[in-house]
Amino acid sequence: MTDFFLSPFTDNEFMVRALVAGVLVAVCCAIVGSFVVLRGLAFVADALAHGVLPGIATAVLLGWPVVIGAAAGTVVMMAGVSVITRRSRLSSDTAIGLFFAGMLALGVMITSRTRNFTGDLTRILFGELLGVASEEVLWQSVALVFVAAVTWVCRRPFLLLCIEPELAATSGFRVRLYETLMLMVVAVAIISSFQSVGTLLVFGMLVAPASTAALLSRRLGTMMGMAAIIGSMATYAGLLLSYHAGLAAGASVVAVAVGVFLVTFAGVELRTAVTRRHGLGVPRASTHRHDHSHSHDHDHDHDAHDHAPGPVVGGGS
Amino acid sequence: MNGASVVAGAPAIVAHGLDVGYTGRAVVRGIDVDLPAGGLLCLIGTNGSGKSTLLKTLAGLIQPVGGTASIVGGPPGTLPARVGYLAQRPASSYTLPICAADVVAMGRFAALGLLRRAGTTDRALCAESIERMGVTPFAHRPLFELSGGQQQRTHLAQALARRADVLLLDEPTAGLDPNGREVFAQVMRDERARGCAVAMATHDLADAEDADVVILLAGRIVAAGAPAEVLTDENLRASFGFTGPH
Repeated sequence: MTDFFLSPFTDNEFMVRALVAGVLVAVCCAIVGSFVVLRGLAFVADALAHGVLPGIATAVLLGWPVVIGAAAGTVVMMAGVSVITRRSRLSSDTAIGLFFAGMLALGVMITSRTRNFTGDLTRILFGELLGVASEEVLWQSVALVFVAAVTWVCRRPFLLLCIEPELAATSGFRVRLYETLMLMVVAVAIISSFQSVGTLLVFGMLVAPASTAALLSRRLGTMMGMAAIIGSMATYAGLLLSYHAGLAAGASVVAVAVGVFLVTFAGVELRTAVTRRHGLGVPRASTHRHDHSHSHDHDHDHDAHDHAPGPVVGGGS
Repeated sequence: MNGASVVAGAPAIVAHGLDVGYTGRAVVRGIDVDLPAGGLLCLIGTNGSGKSTLLKTLAGLIQPVGGTASIVGGPPGTLPARVGYLAQRPASSYTLPICAADVVAMGRFAALGLLRRAGTTDRALCAESIERMGVTPFAHRPLFELSGGQQQRTHLAQALARRADVLLLDEPTAGLDPNGREVFAQVMRDERARGCAVAMATHDLADAEDADVVILLAGRIVAAGAPAEVLTDENLRASFGFTGPH
């Protein structure tokens, strides 16, 4: 039995490195992903993950460090979306979508100039978790420390932004500055993680563990901690699956993470349904609500739409 | 007057020929206010009449289109620790896992800034605000489980926790039940007795009876002055289209 669970890691050094790298990615993405989920940045994060593609492709083509290319791609992406959102009447969604597609296309075009087109593209999009070098693990640790430090220092404005940007402004925090910083840590998490899970899959690690944790927790700190644990477990389980079934490692990890979300979601829904059926109301919550909990539910929907987070890049202040 | 430190008895909210609006287009022009510490300014009008625009301008969230404004002696938005602002229907994130007490604690962020740890005073102010707004029974429940009225009490407690010199409240009684309104009215009397000036937007004429100054808005200033002079049938008809919501 222990053979099944442990020997892949005790026998293979590359599996240990993959596990360490994967856990670093999971923790980094748990911190950043919590804000992505709460601030409604999923689309921006997805776009950032694709925006890095032409930068990486150029770096690969020229033989430069890919991190530099990725960083340049992110800066272009963020600046472009910010300018279009501020200068035109187009919503940030449209601006992000434009850059998303444009950067992806540019990335593929640049990659098609390299000798090993499909190999390079696959590596960039899906990562190479089993081929992670010690040096990359070191960079990931540095990125994690950076992300954790910035988030800790900015915890108050970040929290206020998640509730309402106006509240951040009237509390004396510059909205544009902290929105940019928040996007910056998202970008750093993406750049540092893409080598292990790739630019397509990193998005799954950003969103899946954090949303699972959001379903279960009642405090932001708990949510981040839970997301880190869920992400790390998914990394371990995904690697195990990949090893025994001969499947792509990064994809297995992300698939497990998303699977955990779906199972948790089903469990929470089931619990709610069962408690309702027994006439207990929604667990804890609605027992104190006045007896028109249905109309409140409508209000919830309503508010969620009315207060959908505003323009994210550049807007807001 | 900008930048001058506040002298005892100095006006809390001053506006001279203030034009408020968005992106350079005025919604209301020529607002003059001179509200002392402990004073109450009520803004009355229908939706879209310019109440929220004026409050946002005083909070420093939008720039004045013309004229000048100063809050406790500084330009709007420059003294966050001394000015509390409550938005109309404050957004409640239904994803955010945060309890009511944590939301109230956010009221101290303006005074604490980025890094300073919350101390005894901060905790005492939060506890007191929770108590005063009747948040205690649900203080440790997640915000997304609370009813609209409970959320409003929570947001009001957050504004109180700031222990501000000026409170800018946009429809503070919206969603409150009769008990909540009573609690709020008492809290406002106490805040004003302590020297805090209050400017609030409301649909409710009863809120305006205690006011020092009432401004009746309808995309322009219909009338401004003491409640008895402003809240006449004629004025109310001009701004609401009928004799008032009563």
